[in-house]
Amino acid sequence: MFKVMKTLLQVENLSVNVGSTCIIRGLNLSVDKGEVILLLGPNGSGKSTFLHALIGDPRYRISSGRIIFDGIDVSSMPMTDRVKLGLSLGLQFPPRIKGITLRFLAERILERRGVTSSVISSVIEGYSRMLNLGGLLDKDLYVGFSGGEIKRAELMITLIQAPKLLMLDEPDSGVDVENLALVGSAISKYLSEDVGRSAIIITHTGYIARYVKATKAYVMVNGRIVCRGDPEILVSNILEHGFEKCFRCEGMI
Amino acid sequence: MKSRKVRDDLRERALSALSKPSTYGLDIDLSRFTASLGSDIMDIESYTDAMLSVGVDPEERGRGGSYYQIDNVAAYSSSRYKGLIVKPISEALEDESILEYYWKAVPVDLDKYTATAFLYEKDGYYIEVKDRVEIPIPVQACILLKSPSLIQVPHNIVVVGEGSKLHLITGCTVARENPGVHIGISEFYVKKNGLLTFTMIHSWSKGMHIRPRTIVYVEDGGIFISQYISTSLVDSIQSYPTIHLVGENSSSHLSSIIIGRGSSHIDIGGAIELKAPGSTGEVTSRVISMDESRITSRGRISGFIRGVKGHIECRGLILSENSSIYAIPELEAKAYDVQLTHEAAVGRIAEEEIIYLMAKGFTEDEARSMIIRGFLQPKIPIPLPRQLVDYLSMAMEKIAYAL
Repeated sequence: MFKVMKTLLQVENLSVNVGSTCIIRGLNLSVDKGEVILLLGPNGSGKSTFLHALIGDPRYRISSGRIIFDGIDVSSMPMTDRVKLGLSLGLQFPPRIKGITLRFLAERILERRGVTSSVISSVIEGYSRMLNLGGLLDKDLYVGFSGGEIKRAELMITLIQAPKLLMLDEPDSGVDVENLALVGSAISKYLSEDVGRSAIIITHTGYIARYVKATKAYVMVNGRIVCRGDPEILVSNILEHGFEKCFRCEGMI
Repeated sequence: MKSRKVRDDLRERALSALSKPSTYGLDIDLSRFTASLGSDIMDIESYTDAMLSVGVDPEERGRGGSYYQIDNVAAYSSSRYKGLIVKPISEALEDESILEYYWKAVPVDLDKYTATAFLYEKDGYYIEVKDRVEIPIPVQACILLKSPSLIQVPHNIVVVGEGSKLHLITGCTVARENPGVHIGISEFYVKKNGLLTFTMIHSWSKGMHIRPRTIVYVEDGGIFISQYISTSLVDSIQSYPTIHLVGENSSSHLSSIIIGRGSSHIDIGGAIELKAPGSTGEVTSRVISMDESRITSRGRISGFIRGVKGHIECRGLILSENSSIYAIPELEAKAYDVQLTHEAAVGRIAEEEIIYLMAKGFTEDEARSMIIRGFLQPKIPIPLPRQLVDYLSMAMEKIAYAL
């Protein structure tokens, strides 16, 4: 009998420094397969730092604790290997890169995944249609893109990596309603294609929750998880009261 | 008779300029080198690898014509199209009508390099496309330097007739690592509504000093597009092609891709003179400095008449601690209502870009090479024939591989 692991991600007592500043302080979190987690929190609470530490960005140094992904300790593993295992992060502000088109990057990622060349163009075509990227595929990465275009393009680049754990940093910030609907439905579709796929989605406003069915929500304050609960209740509370109450909870769980 | 008189005048002017250094770049002591015909063994077929390395196909597949030269002597020329003339300039000059183009664009007394080139001139290519003839596939030229310490002085003239099209690719290289000087004189004339694309790959070696002198005249509606690629080790290069857009609605695009290696001194530029209504020009350069190389990247656009437009884009990437890049874009407006713009950026590869690509699953080396390849990507303003696109992508592959 195989023992099917339920847990996809186990973060134990994680502390993360940026330069000499400690941003994440002893964070514990676990994500089961199939879970979709909303990560809420005020500006500067460490949400983005947390995701960058999970993907292995060398600018974010783990000073203590462990990250177990799919049964493997990835705490000191290079980014490239973590991506191969199934972690993928969509950035809030991806850099503009001249000379590399969206299509070129998408093709290289699919090649790396071993997708056969005859299928590559149809995969790109599919995402391009779903996220309305037709006019952007042959433009240099994010050069001259609008806010909504950046979110849609970065989402495509993140999804074509076919991650087991999809991590998105504010896919809903600075995006109008039409773009939000496109982004939201693409995320939902991706997650629904395989019940084992999980996600951690950082949202400042909670807007994405209208389009993506989350299973849990966490609130982060000062580098720690201070609150956990039903996504609908937490999001509506925060939309009404802001994070004021969360500061009071800090250190209580 | 006329020819004799012209030569005597040129000779006098050349002699007066023999000690005149170039405005830019390192001054080379030419007395350390010999000016002679060089090798008299025309064994170009022994150098197929060298030819292939600069994109010249020895079997002339997909080529409309060819010209090969060893040291200072023409070795072979061919034309496969009616209306296309490819021959050594020594032969072309037997017809005095050619004198109309001979040392008419490049002043023979510009500096000691032009003077030397004239005084020791022997060969070079003369390529002419008659009016209303389109050569659909590239014509190739290969200038090979074989003998040590030689001053190689090819003199090239290209005439593209009215409404005609020519894609010329030139590969210049060495048979083996030797000291030497290469002074290529190029005088190009693009007639009314003509198109000339000129793609030049240089692959020199340590010990070589390169001083091309290129001047181009473009008539009404004519287009001149130049791409210069030099990515190998060399002692010094100084080049500053100047394009005179003298015809209404003429246009020009100059691009260069330069990689500095070892202790190379490279001073490369390009100037476009917008002299007729509606003329437009663009100068772009992508330079990469490695090792202890020093690169100066110049660009100048001058607007002499109302309503003309020009743009310069200099971008440089520094890949080593001890190399340097000077980017010098110059805009000169000599009339009211000209639109001249420039952008220049020099720096190292942004860490943020590398980390971004690594977070998408690439190794650091792969990320760097993708960024460098993207940086060097030439932006050609018009569609090119497949053979030329293949030629350029071959050059890019080689560059990416060598880095």
